Amino acid sequence: MAMRLSAVDRDAEPTGTRVLLWLSRYGTILALVLLILFNLAFTRNFATWQTLNINLTQVSTIVIVAIGMTLVIGSGGIDLSVGSLMAIAGALAPLIFLNRIVEFPNIYVGVAFAFVIPVMIAGLFGYLNGWLITRFNVQPIVGTLILFIAGRGIAQSFTDSNQVIFTTPEFQFIGLGRVFGIPIQVLIMTVIVVLAAWTIRRTIFGKQLLAIGGNETAARLAGVRVTRIKRQVYTISGICSGIAGIIVIARNSAADSNLVGLGVELDAIAAVAVGGTLLTGGRAYVFGTLLGALIIQLVRFTLLANGVPDAAALVIKAGLIILAVWLQRRAAS
Amino acid sequence: MDGPLPLLRMEGMNKRFSGVPALSGASLDIDPGEVHALVGQNGAGKSTLIKILTGAYRKDAGDITFEGRRIEFASPEAAQRGGISTIYQEINLIPYRSVAENIFLGRPYRRFGFLDWPRMNREATELLRRFDVRIDVHEPLFAFNTAIQQMVAIARAVSFDAKLVIMDEPTSSLADNEVEILYGVIRQLRATGISVIFVSHKLDELYEVCDRVTVMRDGRTIATTSMAEISKLELVAAMLGRDMQSVRREGQTSFHGKSHGVHRDLLSADGLVAGTKVKNASVSVSSGEISGLAGLLGSGRTEVARLIFGVDQPDAGTIVMEGRAVKFAEPIDAINRGIGYCSEDRKVEGIVPEMSVRENLTLAILPRLSQWGIVDEVRQQEIVNKFIERLGIKTSGPDQKIRELSGGNQQKVLLARWLCLDPKVLILDEPTRGIDVGGKAEIQMLIRELAEAGLGVLMISSELEEVIEGSDRVFVLRDGRTVADLQREELSEIVVMTAMAHGEGTADGNAA
Amino acid sequence: MTYIPRLLRGQSVLLALALLVLFGAWRYDHFLGLFNVLTFLRYNSMFALIALGMCFVIMTGGIDLSVGSTAAMASVVAAYVSPYGLLPGLACGALAGIAVGVLNGLLITQLNILPFIATLASMLAASGLGLLLAGNESISVSYESGFTVIGQGDILGFPIPAWIAIMVFALGSLILNFTSFGRNILAVGGGEDAAHLMGLPVNRVKFIVYVISGLMAGLAGVQLAAQFGAGQPTEGLGWELFAIASVVVGGTLLTGGVGSVGATLSGVLLLGLVFNILNFENGMGFVSLRAHWQSILRGAFLLLVVIVQSRLALRVRRRIRLSAN
Repeated sequence: MAMRLSAVDRDAEPTGTRVLLWLSRYGTILALVLLILFNLAFTRNFATWQTLNINLTQVSTIVIVAIGMTLVIGSGGIDLSVGSLMAIAGALAPLIFLNRIVEFPNIYVGVAFAFVIPVMIAGLFGYLNGWLITRFNVQPIVGTLILFIAGRGIAQSFTDSNQVIFTTPEFQFIGLGRVFGIPIQVLIMTVIVVLAAWTIRRTIFGKQLLAIGGNETAARLAGVRVTRIKRQVYTISGICSGIAGIIVIARNSAADSNLVGLGVELDAIAAVAVGGTLLTGGRAYVFGTLLGALIIQLVRFTLLANGVPDAAALVIKAGLIILAVWLQRRAAS
Repeated sequence: MDGPLPLLRMEGMNKRFSGVPALSGASLDIDPGEVHALVGQNGAGKSTLIKILTGAYRKDAGDITFEGRRIEFASPEAAQRGGISTIYQEINLIPYRSVAENIFLGRPYRRFGFLDWPRMNREATELLRRFDVRIDVHEPLFAFNTAIQQMVAIARAVSFDAKLVIMDEPTSSLADNEVEILYGVIRQLRATGISVIFVSHKLDELYEVCDRVTVMRDGRTIATTSMAEISKLELVAAMLGRDMQSVRREGQTSFHGKSHGVHRDLLSADGLVAGTKVKNASVSVSSGEISGLAGLLGSGRTEVARLIFGVDQPDAGTIVMEGRAVKFAEPIDAINRGIGYCSEDRKVEGIVPEMSVRENLTLAILPRLSQWGIVDEVRQQEIVNKFIERLGIKTSGPDQKIRELSGGNQQKVLLARWLCLDPKVLILDEPTRGIDVGGKAEIQMLIRELAEAGLGVLMISSELEEVIEGSDRVFVLRDGRTVADLQREELSEIVVMTAMAHGEGTADGNAA
Repeated sequence: MTYIPRLLRGQSVLLALALLVLFGAWRYDHFLGLFNVLTFLRYNSMFALIALGMCFVIMTGGIDLSVGSTAAMASVVAAYVSPYGLLPGLACGALAGIAVGVLNGLLITQLNILPFIATLASMLAASGLGLLLAGNESISVSYESGFTVIGQGDILGFPIPAWIAIMVFALGSLILNFTSFGRNILAVGGGEDAAHLMGLPVNRVKFIVYVISGLMAGLAGVQLAAQFGAGQPTEGLGWELFAIASVVVGGTLLTGGVGSVGATLSGVLLLGLVFNILNFENGMGFVSLRAHWQSILRGAFLLLVVIVQSRLALRVRRRIRLSAN
């Protein structure tokens, strides 16, 4: 009897570790699958094209921002300014296509500029974050806090704190249009996810970025231009925010600088954490972030569809974050 | 017992780290009111011994008697309360807090339940005045230079009624005049009956302040003797494990043969000066040659390498590469000119632990493997395969995380990181440190092969035989100055050791 | 001699504050009027409480993102309990805050989760709990029980919230400067390893500062409910970041180890005054300076402080590196 017990004990320890490792690696997918199975069983009209589209549409802008955040976190930083940069891009775009700044000969030229300029400006502000962080050796939390606070004010100053309402289908297709029944914003999200995953896996930029996050000293000694890469990462995060900002205002037919992107930095960080990217840098799971965002969205949807108040989703989200981070921590040690 | 009791007696100390012995029967005796030097190479076991004494590590076996009582401290704090204080190399105080507060943190004076600042400030001023240090104790610690910060640490120790103060390389970042102040304080301590364990590698200072010396090597205590009875050369020989009679023995390492033919001057650094560590260092490297850079710990070897590689900037001095003066603002500039640098600290400055062998190996060459920023994975794989095979890196595959590899194999990956760049000059800082015997031989053989193929190598090593047998030319650093430039014909252990011991590398070899 | 360095450091904020007050007094008729001053103090005392808690947390090198939603949740709790009287309302609001603080402290010291993530999660949880409790609505406070006095009442013609803030800050300053616990906070933030080697109770110190921060958020929540007559589960968004900004403007280093309670108060007042002055400017009607200038100016202040601080930090780092190598 005693022998059998001790044999079990001996097996139990490695099994526990193995389960932990397995969970830390595939836990996100497992959680998503379980959520889907649960919904298939208990939520009416779950397996419909419409449900899928609703969920994907709602999650797309968060995913786009979270991808930029994943890269920033992979390099060992964080970006709190994403929501404000969304607001800046969102405030700027209508001014351009409504010809408030320059008179464009036709609406398509205006719309083209309305896509490109705000995104570039958001990228520029992202670069500013990176400059501040590398030039003054400021902690990323503080460095990006500045634009978190000032950025929304800047956005409001574009429209004098007024909400700009518009109906411009040429512009709004980015938030409302569909191709083969798939919302365009979902397509954009997909492209960005794939592009980011490819960047991390295949480009020198991606590898150097992770090297900086993993060991900045070693990276510098191996010839990585740390300052340059960091500035680029924050620029990319700014660009992602800009794109998300444009999609949000197109979807809403209105640019309200007070609300666009409000609190999105927390959603994005939550998605990154649930997706298994440690906040200590050196790793960046782009698809994990996508899954993380989907899980958070699906939890919310599941609860709503089953009559549980939205607020409960927040509590569950909190639990998910702690669980994910704790799993990663345990598996790492 | 008769005779004066020693203040501290450590006997038969054993300690293993995951099976590898760090201490095997080491011992240490400290008399009351003496300044006792503790010397030895890296890995000799000094710091393990001290950490056991101060409660940072647990001993596996052995007896510690302090003030006549058997002791075993559970933590550095307990040791401090028990009368043993340590002044660490990186000063373990809190820079933003005031001098007075740093002295009294953890057991402040109180009045009516609240902190009694006037009294703490008064006593701190008083305490420092005893060491002839007159400063405003309200100022934050960082406002003062390192020497003063050390005084503060010592004052803290004394205020704990320390009977024994351990100083771990206290002078390593002090300027010359600051060192004098420290000596004064040490003599003051001795005069008040406090004993000092003085860990240092600068021979002159040992003779300046210490009464006795204990030499450790390979986890054992080799000798304990009065400073007056041992010459510098004998001391160096004891530390390096050389028998004075047979210092000319050869063939311990895997460096065989020396390179031949005429060599091109590749890189030379002249009169480098930086901070308090590098005072006037000159080295040069030729193609197809191994230049050794020897010197005791703290002589400024690593600092020189960092200056050459553009990690730090020199205050003065010139670096010439292939006939042209160069200035490297960043490591990448040095890399682009064909220099590679394997740092001494693999963990902190070498590997990116979470990344695979493949990524670590190709980290430096990535820019050359990419077109429009996209990594050519086929070529990357070719390089990785080639170097895994050529250097015999033992790994389950290129995707294995580098942190899972043994030290020797990690080092090979880091070597490969530079070799795949086909550099002209490779700076190797302690290339075989912490690597087992087999791995060591392999790496030494490899370095020689590379030199044969035309690479210029600057090799820093603490191991005398490695430097002497491996190098075609040896520069000896002493206290940040190049004191000897020895050609192949002049190389012998006695000459190198003499240079380390006395400064001038020439003949008076039998000073012992 | 004793506090000259500390005073000097606080003075730049104090100076800016004084200049701003002088500017306001010179430019606007009713700026120093009783009504404006009292309203200003009443409203900002809420943020002052939160900033004080944040200041303690940041001095240990941590951060607490949960304060805003904790305050919102506590306001709901206090509103529910308010019919039973002032003390029960106050106590339950404070307890709600403490509960979140305890959770934060446990996550950070026991599970070793980064403060940023741990408090991010508890921020979400507190916000969710507040909304659940309140059923997504504002909860009206009982006016009969005397609960609202704590937010709307005066003592000696001075708003009670301001009295509370003054007392809490005086207490905070006393703790920081004249107790071992206060000095341990700064030691832990200034060098955790060194503090550990000195035998300071690092984990206990960390745990307690998060509880304090939770308590302060709870008190702010009670204020929120009492001043505006309702528990408001949707309030508090972004408060944490404004609290961080006031702490940083007050000269507290975000890396920990340096900080001052008085300067934090100055930081809160400074950022609050910017808003107040903008209101007056709009009232005068000469230029239309909208509210958004407030955030731009706040950001600019923060930028300025961060750049100045980076100089100081660089100087310290040089010294430390010199001694470390």
